[in-house]
Amino acid sequence: MTVIHLTLKIWRQTGPESKGSFKTYESGPLATAMSFLEMLDVLNERLILSGEEPVAFDHDCREGICGMCGAVINGKAHGPEKKTTLCQLHMRHFRDGDTLVIEPFRSRAFKLVKDLIVDRSAFDAIIAEGGYISVNTGGAPDANAIPVPAFTAEQALDAAECIGCGACVAACPNGSAMLFVGAKISHLSLLPQGQPERSKRALALVKKMDALGFGNCGNEQYCEKACPKGISISNIARLNREFMKAAFCSVEE
Amino acid sequence: MQLDHRIPSGPLTEKWDRFRFETKLINPANKRKFEIIVVGAGLAGASASATLGELGYNVKTFCIQDSPRRGHSIAAQGGINAAKNYQNDGDSVWRLFYDTIKGGDFRAREANVYRLAQISNQIIDQCVAQGVPFAREYGGLLANRSFGGAQVSRTFYARGQTGQQLLLGAYSAMMRQVKAGKVTLHPRSEMMDLVVINGQARGIVTRNLITGAIESYAADAVVLATGGYGNAYYLSTNAMASNVTATWRAYKRGAAFANPCFVQIHPTCIPVHGTYQSKLTLMSESLRNDARVWVPARPGDKRPPAEIPEPERDYYLEKKYPSFGNLVPRDVASRNAKEQCDQGKGVGDTGLAVYLDFSEAINRLGEAAIRRKYGNLFHMYEKITGQDPVKEPMTIYPAVHYTMGGLWVDYHLMSTVPGLFVLGEANFSDHGANRLGASALMQGLADGYFVLPATISSHFAESALLPINTSHPAFTEAMDTTKGRIQRLLSINGTRTPDEFHRELGLLLWDHCGMARNEAGLTLALGRLPKLKKRFWQDLKVTGNGADLNQTLERAGRVADFIEFAEVMILDALSRQESCGCHFREESQTGEHEAKRMDDTYSHVSAWEYQGEAQTPKLHKEPLVFENIQLSQRSYK
Ligand SMILES: Cc1cc2nc3c(=O)[nH]c(=O)nc-3n(C[C@H](O)[C@H](O)[C@H](O)COP(=O)(O)OP(=O)(O)OC[C@H]3O[C@@H](n4cnc5c(N)ncnc54)[C@H](O)[C@@H]3O)c2cc1C
Ligand code: SF4
Ligand code: FES
Repeated sequence: MTVIHLTLKIWRQTGPESKGSFKTYESGPLATAMSFLEMLDVLNERLILSGEEPVAFDHDCREGICGMCGAVINGKAHGPEKKTTLCQLHMRHFRDGDTLVIEPFRSRAFKLVKDLIVDRSAFDAIIAEGGYISVNTGGAPDANAIPVPAFTAEQALDAAECIGCGACVAACPNGSAMLFVGAKISHLSLLPQGQPERSKRALALVKKMDALGFGNCGNEQYCEKACPKGISISNIARLNREFMKAAFCSVEE
Repeated sequence: MQLDHRIPSGPLTEKWDRFRFETKLINPANKRKFEIIVVGAGLAGASASATLGELGYNVKTFCIQDSPRRGHSIAAQGGINAAKNYQNDGDSVWRLFYDTIKGGDFRAREANVYRLAQISNQIIDQCVAQGVPFAREYGGLLANRSFGGAQVSRTFYARGQTGQQLLLGAYSAMMRQVKAGKVTLHPRSEMMDLVVINGQARGIVTRNLITGAIESYAADAVVLATGGYGNAYYLSTNAMASNVTATWRAYKRGAAFANPCFVQIHPTCIPVHGTYQSKLTLMSESLRNDARVWVPARPGDKRPPAEIPEPERDYYLEKKYPSFGNLVPRDVASRNAKEQCDQGKGVGDTGLAVYLDFSEAINRLGEAAIRRKYGNLFHMYEKITGQDPVKEPMTIYPAVHYTMGGLWVDYHLMSTVPGLFVLGEANFSDHGANRLGASALMQGLADGYFVLPATISSHFAESALLPINTSHPAFTEAMDTTKGRIQRLLSINGTRTPDEFHRELGLLLWDHCGMARNEAGLTLALGRLPKLKKRFWQDLKVTGNGADLNQTLERAGRVADFIEFAEVMILDALSRQESCGCHFREESQTGEHEAKRMDDTYSHVSAWEYQGEAQTPKLHKEPLVFENIQLSQRSYK
């Protein structure tokens, strides 16, 4: 078993209104097979026993799929590895003696809750505006009634893989949510089932995104690089097309 | 306590229709007058919330995570079953029904399982209409794969993230009702107690996980969809927040707990690698479609896999079970892996692993085809282990995965507390003693989209519900109890963290109430529990305070409940002296070491009733009656 030692500079802040600051901790020995969150677990166990409040951080599945975890490590959302959530980042990617600066996902639209935890409910608010196909339960036609080319289904799934983690927003200098919204718009507008509400959906989601304080896309592509699911920036181009088409051609309000 | 299953009379195939015809309906204008609390926003809770909202009810939905899109269902990988027979390979509603009953080793109700198989097809239709991007054939029709315990191809999937896509479908349907004002969301809330008034479930007490505030909510019915209790074992494939708290509190308020010892141990998980480990990662069973399980034929053979020639490998599943081969049900595959490792044939650093090898399929279908099918699982495996499964076989070992046991419910999905309904993994209903792969997603969505919305109206139509609100003394009492408990946890100020106790409990259960159980081991574990509980309440350390976001406190509360719950689980395992499905009592096996059921004595559901603090719970039995199928000793040879 290979073991490394790290210096951790972690953002500590007791609540949204209080003033936060970095606090430095020595990690102690860490097995390289450990995940990043297990490293925080080990630190937290030690803090609890010493009577200090452990570092609050969000997590649940620890498999890279629920989108709950996330922090900025040395300036990178979800850390240095490509297409990797924080929970799937392992200590073997760090070197003995490294210093890690660990901060929350900061953005105007994500209020800080505590330590590394932020409030991402703005994403749910965007989806509520129309990130769905309006069908009630019951009465759906047979699932094979409308064939969907395999390629189209794959493309829709590429976009639908977004886990709603918010790394794209944290990585963007403008705090834009275009990658998240682009992924949802792409997923639904590519599928035949998504056609009836296509224009309405694009207009509604963009409107809500703007209202919630997310910034504009400056085409800097930091979002794509930070995205743990490899959501492509081409989804933003599709969102722009969908929005333009809807804004200029749609007869719907 | 009376266990009335309320199964409609008449032929099996007509029961669900008959129920829907005979049930009293609520007219649409009146639905607006009913308030429903749904605890949980996984597949079961989200689908129920969406559908109840569409029908016109007023719904409040609670979950632990910051967003309802993150419920543990999101992690399901492999797929969801349905009896569509799109592959024309001989599937039918009857076959899915039969496979599920047989897979569960004949310990589930015929009527419930038949209904599940009937509804399965509607689920797929519904999900496709919502935009769930299932895998397709080149002609544009839906693709299927096969899963353990079945000889037909009936599993629908979206790469290795079927649960995610299904949950996002249910979540977005629910968000549409949020927009419509029919569903109100309460994320980052944990249910701490159930409020029962005049014998009916009328509300809940929650802790707001951000502010720490203890809050209460009243309603006309309460729906629990809070998932399974696999985390009792500390290490499991479940998400970190999965807990028994909600169902345990309901149990203490009068809901019977059924078959708590039925815990599924999944054969294909990434092996344990260190004491700091926080969870185990599943590698979907769908991999067994294209991978072969093997160990070195000679015990103690430590050569790397590539250096072990074919004749010196033991493909033990193919050898032992020629007709199902690598696709035997989970309990069989898990037990066999343990048996191989116990014989010293295990691989890897710890010797607690077997190989899952793709090389034959890669030679046959090409690397690209295999990567297309399992790409994200390979990616996940490589992330965790640093090894590429295309280059060398995966190593896998069984891990706690799913709990068939849960709160007892009748055909209406109502528990023994009137007005308390239980859906998804939280109930015990459809999987008997072992769940087949791809059937939990099916059950969660059947319960939420189709069953509960039909049965809850009969409850409203038939019961006299007095108007109440949260100023009722029962709410005050439940809130005070919750506050007192939290205060107690905070004031111990001992020397051990909640996780330390949790790990200790987990190990005890894994050793004595895991893949194989016997009377001596179970008795020993049962004897240790009171001491563990006592130490927990004397030596626990929780930092911070209650009026704040406090994750240590959250964990402490859940561990306390797991410790109490473990007692019922072990009692259940002790009282069932037969082997069935996942429950392998060493005392009851065939000459070939297969599970031996004892149908004359144990063809029943065991339902445990709470009798008060420090009292042994009372066992009730619901006999299982099989009118449509012949019980047989399960054989996958
Ligand atoms: C890794 C993995 C892979 C799987 N793959 C498959 C598969 O391929 N096919 C298949 O059919 N099944 C699979 N399963 C099983 C299946 O995913 C689950 O059984 C199913 O999703 C459970 O759904 P649920 O809605 O009942 O509960 P969950 O999805 O667990 O949701 C529980 C909900 O309740 C909430 N909750 C819990 N406790 C409380 C509380 N005290 N207060 C408030 N809220 C609470 C949670 O926040 C959450 O929203 C898999 C399971 C795992 C672990
Ligand atoms: S687009 Fe990528 S980074 Fe943004 S929320 Fe989705 S998964 Fe996370
Ligand atoms: S904890 Fe679920 S994605 Fe990291």
